[in-house]
Amino acid sequence: MKPAPFVYHAPRDRSSAVSLLGSLPNAKVLAGGQSLVPMLNMRYAAPDHVIDLNRVAGLAGVRIDEHAVEIGAMTRQVDLLESSELARRLPLVAAALRHVGHVQTRSRGTIGGSLCHLDPAAELPLVALVSDATLTAAGPRGERSIPAAEWARGFMAPALAPDEILVSIRFDLRGASGYGFHEFARRHGDFAIVAAAVLIELDGERVARARAALGGVGPTALRLGALEAALRGQQASRVGEVIGPALAALEPVADAYYGARYRRHLARVLAERAMRDAIGRAREAPR
Amino acid sequence: MSDAVRIDLTVNGRAMGGAAEPRTHLADFLRQELRLTGTHLGCEHGVCGACTVIVDGRPVRACLLLAVQAAGCEVTTVEGLAALDGPLGDLQAAFRRRHALQCGFCTPGMLMTLAALAAAQPDADEAEVRAALSGNLCRCTGYAPIIAAALDVLEARRASSAT
Repeated sequence: MKPAPFVYHAPRDRSSAVSLLGSLPNAKVLAGGQSLVPMLNMRYAAPDHVIDLNRVAGLAGVRIDEHAVEIGAMTRQVDLLESSELARRLPLVAAALRHVGHVQTRSRGTIGGSLCHLDPAAELPLVALVSDATLTAAGPRGERSIPAAEWARGFMAPALAPDEILVSIRFDLRGASGYGFHEFARRHGDFAIVAAAVLIELDGERVARARAALGGVGPTALRLGALEAALRGQQASRVGEVIGPALAALEPVADAYYGARYRRHLARVLAERAMRDAIGRAREAPR
Repeated sequence: MSDAVRIDLTVNGRAMGGAAEPRTHLADFLRQELRLTGTHLGCEHGVCGACTVIVDGRPVRACLLLAVQAAGCEVTTVEGLAALDGPLGDLQAAFRRRHALQCGFCTPGMLMTLAALAAAQPDADEAEVRAALSGNLCRCTGYAPIIAAALDVLEARRASSAT
């Protein structure tokens, strides 16, 4: 349970981090370390070089303006949870964070680390996906933006080139009037068996726009396009009738503990709870 | 390729230092290099919480932080809760009074999680105590006496700060 030997690098600025990553063979980037260090301890990962981003200037912090929230990739989960302004402006992220690990792991864990590790049941990639967030990566050729819909290329495979690091994530605040987040896990702090995140905009009592996504049902978080389309224009009081049929075709992954049928059941129940919360909050939201 | 590096930090208010390979996590560094063996290692992959210490005011898993990353940090371990050969700290005394330990292996982690909670949230209620302790596993006590000890201390500290 001790990591294999590696060479440790602690760059102080972003360009050194990127150039180290581009030049060192078999290197791994260390953010909060709450997923990577267990993998090192158990020797699931044995990089020759570890590039620690914790001393890189300018990668942590939250910037909130009228229409958007931009969060530095190295912002710690605890700092996000303790921000009352973030809880007010981006309540879906705050709600999801309460399910991420434990107080001791949130002290170190970062939003960028969760997004790059990309566990299929992780909460933060799910809320990024449902929120249509935009991720910014930096590499030797400069920065580029990646829509959250294109972030997950497959199981634990973010859309980062081998010489790129994630630097920030931007949430557009327009049109997110009601949110809901529900998950089920065996123990508090575990990865979800299934998690559901929903954003609803109402026009009177009709659904003007619905966004919904699930975690834990596939190799990556899954946006529910068919459900979103079926909900558009529906009476808010009748969305429950739409969810079951729209999720009937869902084919969740199964593992040794939880079968596909059980996950499909959880998906329907949790999506409906998240939807009801989202509608309730959208009704209360100021117009 | 993995030569030892010098690591200087503050532990329990004292400047300390030693040498360790970069792959050494903080818990092993505390135990083996600084000989502070109060911090226990259970699972060594971030699940059990036995190795919890306080780094720059936050409770962290010392098996998931490389010692080299803690260079320059302020670390508090269970040894920091009471003076050597002095009386127990209030959390420790409450654990003893409430029988909040049996084998005691998880206790240093429990104490450090609760020390951090009591400092950051002096008005924490039972639900908040339980949420904080969800990251610490105990296989003996069933948790109830641990929670009772924590609530005793929070209440006593609130009472003494009110007077």
